[in-house]
Amino acid sequence: MEEYSEKVMEHFFNPRNVGEMDDADGVGEVGNPRCGDIMRMYIKVKDNKIEDIKFKTFGCGAAVATSSMVTEMVKGKTLEKALKITNMAVAKALDGLPPLKMHCSNLAEAGVKAAIQDYRKKNGKEE
Amino acid sequence: MDKTIYLDNAATTKIDKEVIKAMLPYLTDQYGNPSSIYSLARESKKAIESSREEVAKAINAKPNEIYFTSGGTESDNWAIKGIAFANENKGKHIITTNIEHHAVLHTCKYLKKYGFEVTYLPVKENGIVDINELRKAIREDTILISVMFANNEIGSIQPIKEIGKIAKEKGIYFHTDAVQAVGKIPIDVNELNIDLLSLSGHKLHGPKSIGALYIKNGVKISNMLHGGGQERKMRAGTENVPSIVGLGKAIEIATENINEKNEKIIELRDILINGLLEKIPDTILNGDREKRLPGNVNVCFKYIEGESILLMLDMKGVCASSGSACTSGSLEPSHVLLALGLEHEIAHGSLRLTLSKYNTQKDVKYLLEILPEIVQKLRDMSPLINQN
Repeated sequence: MEEYSEKVMEHFFNPRNVGEMDDADGVGEVGNPRCGDIMRMYIKVKDNKIEDIKFKTFGCGAAVATSSMVTEMVKGKTLEKALKITNMAVAKALDGLPPLKMHCSNLAEAGVKAAIQDYRKKNGKEE
Repeated sequence: MDKTIYLDNAATTKIDKEVIKAMLPYLTDQYGNPSSIYSLARESKKAIESSREEVAKAINAKPNEIYFTSGGTESDNWAIKGIAFANENKGKHIITTNIEHHAVLHTCKYLKKYGFEVTYLPVKENGIVDINELRKAIREDTILISVMFANNEIGSIQPIKEIGKIAKEKGIYFHTDAVQAVGKIPIDVNELNIDLLSLSGHKLHGPKSIGALYIKNGVKISNMLHGGGQERKMRAGTENVPSIVGLGKAIEIATENINEKNEKIIELRDILINGLLEKIPDTILNGDREKRLPGNVNVCFKYIEGESILLMLDMKGVCASSGSACTSGSLEPSHVLLALGLEHEIAHGSLRLTLSKYNTQKDVKYLLEILPEIVQKLRDMSPLINQN
């Protein structure tokens, strides 16, 4: 099997922002248990910025590491900026992912988008 | 933890020191080609024939029924394609199971291109073939039944004796992929009515890339490799003398006092199985509790994913394997676990631990200490469990 970067392993063993949020402003869940990965993102929004973010992930090392990394990347950002974060950027921030694991980074991007969409829907700001 | 705890003996095994000792002369001074006539070559020839005797003895076959190959995969390919192509005038139907190794499944799939039809027998929840399903599947044009002796993932031991009996009654050739079983449980090809049997060296503390196919005298089979006259003109190519010697030694050691040695491995296995089921809630044991290889443990931990478990175990020095999609390089979990009727998300959380003679009580105890924590850590992260 192809090796993970040190950064992937570091995020896998010490994931940032793991947990749930009782008073989340938006929740997004992406992935499919059939394929072996599900990611749930919770966001707290204040002044159009992601004030806090938490995640829970069922999946492989890459799924956990990309979840952790994306939460760090979007925390404190405006919603517009957060929506611009791509899966490539997440993978790059982790010093790359093995080719077979690239699809895991799609989940990270999709998870953030789903949580923001949920927030906008709840607040009548759906575009 | 500076020591490696190796619990992946179904993948491969550590080579026995005695095996290396036996091989060494053939990697150094005894390099003669067994097909040549001078005395240096005769030594190589003698070594091969004595290894052939050891392999034959291990499964109660005759030495002239043993053909050396490059391993389990080649043996399976040869047995299935060789029987198919040599007997297609009699019929083009093959029966196998849906839990076979890919060496068998993909070979059968390949044969479909040549007009062969394949029936894949389902297994029961315990991973064992239903003999009634086999009886129902047999047709006039069935030429081969191929059922593995014991499964590589879940360790379930198949009803080989019954299958052999049925195959013999119906006049159908019976092949068994015994890669996981030889050297682990006693096998007698005559008593079991086996016509063809695949075995591999590196699963029984021998070298890699060496195996054998047992072909009962009188079985009609085609060659797969064409060239020189080695292996009684059945399998061309200069013999891998050192590895053949290694296989002979390894199989001799493995089958010596097999029941006695198994007692110790079974004891460790049962401590592990009982400990995991007791200490970790929502754990499922895969495969049959009794009809199981001595060294096989396979469980599913609900709500978590297998690769994550393996990474955490690796961090603690433990080598193991999983049937999750992420460890197979596809999006599907193991076909064997799905054949048991497990849900996809449960199959993704599988862990296989396979023991050998080198494992100790200490290894098992250590695992039972660290695994509950690992499972808990991953479950704390899992969205499949609702908080509180």
